[in-house]
Parts: sequence; structure tokens; C-alpha cells
Amino acid sequence: MITLDNITKTYNKGTVLAVKDISFEVKPGELFGLIGPDGAGKTTLFRILTTLLLADKGRAMVNGFDVVKDYTKIRNSVGYMPGRFSLYQDLTIEENLHFFATVFGTTIKENYALIKDIYQQIEPFKDRRAGKLSGGMKQKLALCCALIHKPAVLFLDEPTTGVDVVSRKEFWEMLARLKAEGITILVSTPYMDEAKLCDRIALIQKGTILSVDNPADIVQSFPGDLYAVQAANTHLLLREARAYEGTETCFAFGDALHVTFRSGVADGLLAHLKTRGLDDATMEKITPGIEDCFIHLLKN
Amino acid sequence: MRQLITFIRKEFLHVFRDRKTLLMLFGLPIAQIVLFGFALSNEIKNSHIAVVDYSKDAVTTKLISKISGSPYFNIQRSLAGAEELNAAFKKGNIKMAVIFPAGFGDDLIHTGKATMQVIADASDPNQATTITNYLTNIVNDFNSDLAQDASQPMQIEPEVQMMYNPELRGAPNFVPGVMALVLMLVCTMMTSVAIVREKELGTMEILLVSPFKPIYIIISKLAPNLLISVVNLIIILVLSDIFLDLPVKGSLLLLVTGTVLFIMTSLSIGLLLSISAKTQQAAMMGSLMGMMLPTMLLTGFLFPIENMPVALQVLSNLVPSRWYFIIIKRVMLKGLGFESVWREMLILTGMCVLLFTISLRQFKIRLQ
Amino acid sequence: METVIHTDRLTKRFGSFIAANELTFDVAKGEIFGFLGANGAGKTTAMRMLCGLLAPSSGKATIAGFDVYTQTERIKNSIGYMSQKFSLYDDLTVAENIRFYAGIYGMSGPAIRAKTTQLLEELQLQKEAKTLVRELPLGWKQKLSFSVSIVHEPEIVFLDEPTGGVDPVTRRQFWDLIYAASDKGVTVFVTTHYMDEAEYCNRVSIMVDGVIAALDSPVRLKGQFGSGSMEDVFYELARKAKRKGD
Repeated sequence: MITLDNITKTYNKGTVLAVKDISFEVKPGELFGLIGPDGAGKTTLFRILTTLLLADKGRAMVNGFDVVKDYTKIRNSVGYMPGRFSLYQDLTIEENLHFFATVFGTTIKENYALIKDIYQQIEPFKDRRAGKLSGGMKQKLALCCALIHKPAVLFLDEPTTGVDVVSRKEFWEMLARLKAEGITILVSTPYMDEAKLCDRIALIQKGTILSVDNPADIVQSFPGDLYAVQAANTHLLLREARAYEGTETCFAFGDALHVTFRSGVADGLLAHLKTRGLDDATMEKITPGIEDCFIHLLKN
Repeated sequence: MRQLITFIRKEFLHVFRDRKTLLMLFGLPIAQIVLFGFALSNEIKNSHIAVVDYSKDAVTTKLISKISGSPYFNIQRSLAGAEELNAAFKKGNIKMAVIFPAGFGDDLIHTGKATMQVIADASDPNQATTITNYLTNIVNDFNSDLAQDASQPMQIEPEVQMMYNPELRGAPNFVPGVMALVLMLVCTMMTSVAIVREKELGTMEILLVSPFKPIYIIISKLAPNLLISVVNLIIILVLSDIFLDLPVKGSLLLLVTGTVLFIMTSLSIGLLLSISAKTQQAAMMGSLMGMMLPTMLLTGFLFPIENMPVALQVLSNLVPSRWYFIIIKRVMLKGLGFESVWREMLILTGMCVLLFTISLRQFKIRLQ
Repeated sequence: METVIHTDRLTKRFGSFIAANELTFDVAKGEIFGFLGANGAGKTTAMRMLCGLLAPSSGKATIAGFDVYTQTERIKNSIGYMSQKFSLYDDLTVAENIRFYAGIYGMSGPAIRAKTTQLLEELQLQKEAKTLVRELPLGWKQKLSFSVSIVHEPEIVFLDEPTGGVDPVTRRQFWDLIYAASDKGVTVFVTTHYMDEAEYCNRVSIMVDGVIAALDSPVRLKGQFGSGSMEDVFYELARKAKRKGD
């Protein structure tokens, strides 16, 4: 449904590299996540795929159309929600939706079934201006506007950034429903924990792809064993675990430390910690998460 | 078509929901008319004048050569008769005419008194007052010269007449100026800001990604500003008729046609600005510095163009408001018809077509 | 333990709307205090009152011993503030930014120079001292921004979503800086959308609809709600929120 073939893009006459030799493929009906921090090149890729930017090198196809030659055809068949909140603040919810429906040559009625679930949540406020809505509501309205013409492919650039956990959860539930409708979705996010909600993901950093696969396989590819180490005094634990000679990497993950060892397997860390006054320290082998994998890939 | 209507409707909603800007847009012409109502004085050099000499004697020849020796005047031509005067005034070739009646010299020598006629084009009242004062000074000077030479007292009296605007009101000059200024401001600034706002907001990305045609975006952005401008035009015309007692003398249709041409030209400039401007501030600064200043300075309503250095005079030809200013002055104040403004209309049409074509071509279908 | 933030039924009303309702809590010196809440729960309003930027409608609060009604200028000198949005001047160099912020807090010339050297060393930015801030990677900017916010050695530093959009490694390095500051006795008051970061705090408060719905250490909160992570605790509380306005 979407293919990228060695896409390279630079800014400022080639001095700033945005993305380099990016290739991956999104299959029809897939919920595909582009995961990486700010400045990784996610927005650049979205703009190239939505025909807003021309790549310096490489080819990209969306829905069977070339992003350069057939840009008008792509513009007819995709929905796009840019990273910044992009609705008219001085128009009401209903006016915004009506406007975007008309711009895409359709009516709210025609595709109401698709947006009904989402729209009903904000309908009580339909006469309120978009500028006066909360983050979660704006996001829902923006999604409605991107969906109103029943696009074959939906591009969502960081839809959950700056949104609280509750709204994020609701948003991903909406995406799951849209996927069930057969819409192909490409979504980007800086939140690693959202990766597990995608069919497949591409981890991206500094303009290059670190890995493309389904979340389970990415986790599978994590080399060696990962251990969670816990103690009441997290801060002391972090210092001691890092100082320990057998430790390869050691990062805080919530209330635990995720540790890998040079030997690849658990060694005498626990005993060492007990000598340092961390009597309550515990250690267990765990399955790595996407964030562990991302950190690992960054290190190489 | 339905898309276009919806888009235009949206643009009107933007305009009407932004009360402050709306107030400014309609308050501006009123404030300007009041502000520019205070007469501005300015010095004049090299005014073109015509001389009609029915007497052709030693005195008139001497006085004419004194006038032409003054740095203030430039005798455009000596006309055979008063019939040609009207035509010369209407064309704007001359600012003032001096007429010596037959037997002028004889009267002076035999009666010690003679009257010369001075007719000035007062559609620019400041200029008219200044140049008639200059002329009167020259004549007085000439009188004292005469008094020294002659045994008996001799006195030439200039009889001053103001044409087109006998009461020397400032209004006839600044009303066309305000019209040019306000229309330029509304069209250029509002258009560029309206488009750049979409860029800043990020909605331009969505619009570009939609099947909506760029030409529609342009048309919809222009529509509300066209309407606002026409309303402004009506406000100014009504205001000047009622309060300044300055009705439209010529054809209203002609005036409106000329105005719409000027509006379209200004809209195209706004469009062009919006293509290169990245922020609303940049668009606004661009309109102010790039358009408002030249409109004020190089149009001819604050400072007569003929007094400017040649470089500026040449430059002023590129300022659309300069041509529009001439059109309104002739149609509104002098009541002249199409035959006297077709050249200016043609220039404006050319500018409009050129600018609009350039901005259409430059309008990006992609970002950056 | 010494208390540096003390509030007692602190309330802010905007007309009939109660943005923050009777907030009562204490924060101890050197504590890392997580201040969480859903969008629109009233976090920003509460933070502004504590920074002396917004006068409360009723209730009491002292920051570093100064009253939020009458001693806002003294408060501003004893706190530091950093947000993801407001940070550094892009068109000034690293050293110029440090010098500027030290300068506006009235530090003397030699003190500024010493501090600049020390900060550059701590952040290992010596080579980039003369680099324009806009040319730094986002992660470095955020670290620099944090260091600059505590350049005048305030008692309390307020961090408003300091790690948004940063890569996972830099995010953790950022927390190392927070720990280091806390070790020196600086009180850290932090908001975040990353729930794993809530676990790094000594205590966490969760605001829902203008009131503090929960306040305790992460371990106790999880026990209280019988959930495995702070994310679950937050979700449990915030999904009951009725208020959706920002």
C-alpha cells in the first residue's frame, strides 16, 4: 500500500540531512508505526508520502501511485493529520468538519458511519469553537476531519504527542476500529510504549531506520538476557549497579533498573549490591520491551 | 463549485469572527479621511504653466520672461487662445495659466493700471495656492521695478481664479489618496496575511493534500477582501459626498471599473507576497514597507511627482496607485470620461494580468 | 524534614469555573515531586500559582518560605523554571545563554564566569561553548536548558514536561541530572506525560478535575490501587474525569 525505496531528503541545499536511504513497505490494512524521537525525520517522511515535499533521491508509492508523478491521485485518496493541531481555531467543531468534508468533495452524511463513534464523543460541543477545545477533543475532531472522505490510507503524524494517558488510550482504541474497517494506517509517535499496539513498526533515529519488523520479532532480536533489578532506594541502586564492573548497560525503567551484563547472563550483581547496603535488592529475568530494543539499537 | 462556495463561506467566517481586524478595516478609511483632512503644505518647483498673450507688447514680453526666469515655473507653451486652455488643463499638462488681455501694455501706460488673469488647477489645492502665491510675488516684484523706472505710479493686478475646486478645499486631493491607500492596504495586507495564516496554522498542509485546487484557494482568499474593498469604496464615496461635499462628477461605472482594476492589482500583489512570506508578521511587514510607503510617497497625493528627482519619478511609474490616483482624480473630481483615462486603465490592466499570472505560477503545490 | 512548598486549601477560580480546588500538600527539601494530571485537570493553573505568576483566589501557600500573595518577587529569585516550549535563545551561543540567565539573576561577573566553566564541564559541552544553540541536538538543548534553569542555585526548580519528544537514552540522562540536583538539595517539581518517569519521583500527586485525587509514593499508590504500574494508577483516576476543557 505504501512503499519507500531509498528515500533521501536534505534541507538547506543539502547541508542538513533529514532522512537517508529510507526503505520500507506498509501492507494493505496494516497499522504501521513509525517510532522515534523528535528530529528523527518522521515528519519529513510523512510530507514526502503525502506529496507535500519532493525527496532528493529515491521513489515512493502510495496506494499504487507515484508520489511525484501522480500526486493529484494520491491527494484524492489519502487522509492526513499533521503533527501540529491543524484546524481552524475560529470555526466551530461542526463548521470545521463541514468545511473539510466539502474540500474533499464529500458530505458529512456520506461517510458518517466511519466517524460516528468518534464524532459522537464531541458532538455535544459541536457549536464550540475549535480553539476552545481540550487536547483530547481537538485530536478527535482532527481525526474526524482526516477521515471524512473515507481515505484508503490514513497518515497520522504524532497524533498522541502532549496528550494525556487516558486520551491516548482512547485514541489507540479508535485506530484499532479504523483498522478493522480496512483502512491502512501509518502513524508516528515518540512514545515507545505505543509500539506494541501496531502490527509492524519502524524504529527511526537521526534520519535512518534502525529496524523494521513486528513488535514481537523486534523484541526477539534483543541479544542476550535482560534483567530487572529492584530495590527501595532506586537512586542508590542506579549508582551501584552502574559502577558494578560486570554491568554492560543499565537504565532506569520506572521502578526498576533494566540491566544487561557483559557475560550475557546474570552474575554476581545481586551479591555485590547486598554488600553495598541494598539488602532488599531483587533481580529477575524479563522480556525486553520496545524501548529496551530502541536503546540497544541506538547504542550500536 | 460547491467546494468553492464552502471555502469562500469559511473565509467570510474568519473575517467576521475577527472583530478587531474588522473594526480596523472599516475604521481605517474614516480615520484616514479625518487625518488627511489637515492640509499639508509642500514646496513646488518647475510647475508647468501656459501663457496666453493677446497683447504681445513690450510689458507682457518683459513680464513673461521674468516669470519664465523663475525656478518655480516652467512655461510649457504659449497658447494662441483661451480655447486651448481648457484642453490643456483637463489633460493635466499645465497647473496654471496666465492670460494677458489685448491692450494690456497700453492700459498700463495710459491708466497706470492693468489686470492679468491667473487661472490655477485647484484639484490639488495646496499646490494651487502655493503656485499662485509665487506668481503674485513675481508680479509684485515686477511692479516695484516699474515704479522705480516710471514717473507715474503703475500697477499690474493679477486676478486669480481657481479651476475645478474654486473653494480650495483639501478634500479633492486627499480623498483619492485615501481611496488608493485604504484599498491597497486592505487588499495587499489582508490577502497575504490570510494565506500565510493557513501556512502557520498547518491547515495549508491539509488543503494541499486534499483534491482542492490551488486556484480555488486563491479565489476564496481574494473574495472577502474584494467585498470589503468595495464596501470601503462605498463608505469613502458616501463620506466624501455627505461630509466633504465632494460628489462623483463623472461616471460611477467608470470609477467602479477603475477601482476594481486597482483592487485586483493589489490583491495580486498580496498573493505574491504570501508566497514568499513564512509568518504573518513577515507578510504584514512586507505589505507595510513594500506597499504602503510607496503608495503614500510615490502616488502624488502627498508630494507632487513632478517635484521629485528623476529616479523617483521613473520609479513611481511602477506604483499601481499612481495610475489609480489619476483615474479617480479625473473621473471623480473633473468628471472626465473614458477617453481621458483609458491609458491609465490599460496600464493597470497590464499590471494586474502580469502580477496575477506570476503569483499563480509561483503558488506552490508543495511545501517549501 | 524541612518543607519548601506548603499549600493549604489553595484555590483558583475563573468566574464560576474552579480551575484548582483546595489544593493542600507539602513538598520537602530535596524531594522529587511528580505533578501529574490529565489535560485540563488544572496542573498549569496550580503551577502558575506556585511560581508566583498567578494570584490565588483563596487559600494559603508558601514557596521557599515566601508568601504567594505578597512576596512573588522573592519567590521568583528562589525558583527555577523550565518547560519544553520556553527554553533557550536559539540565536545565542551556549555560553551566551548561560551568561544571560546568570546575569538576569544578578550574579556577579566572576561568579558568572566560574559558573559558565563549571556548567560546560558538567554537561561536557566545552567544545560547543561557541556553538549557536539552534545547532545543538534536541537532547543536548534540553539538558542545557535544565542546567540554565538552576544556574542561580534556586531552592526549587519547576519542570514542565521537560522530556517531551526526546529519545529514550537522552531522557534517562536527563533524569540523571535531576537526581544530581536533588542530591544537592534542590527540590524538583516535575510534570510529565511519561508514566515511567512518575516512578522516578519520590512522591507523585495526580490531579483530576481541579482536585488532588491521589498523593503518595509510587509504590504505595500502586499498592493502594492494586495495579502494576503508575500508568494503570493514572488511568484508573483520570478516566473518571468529567472535565475535558483545557
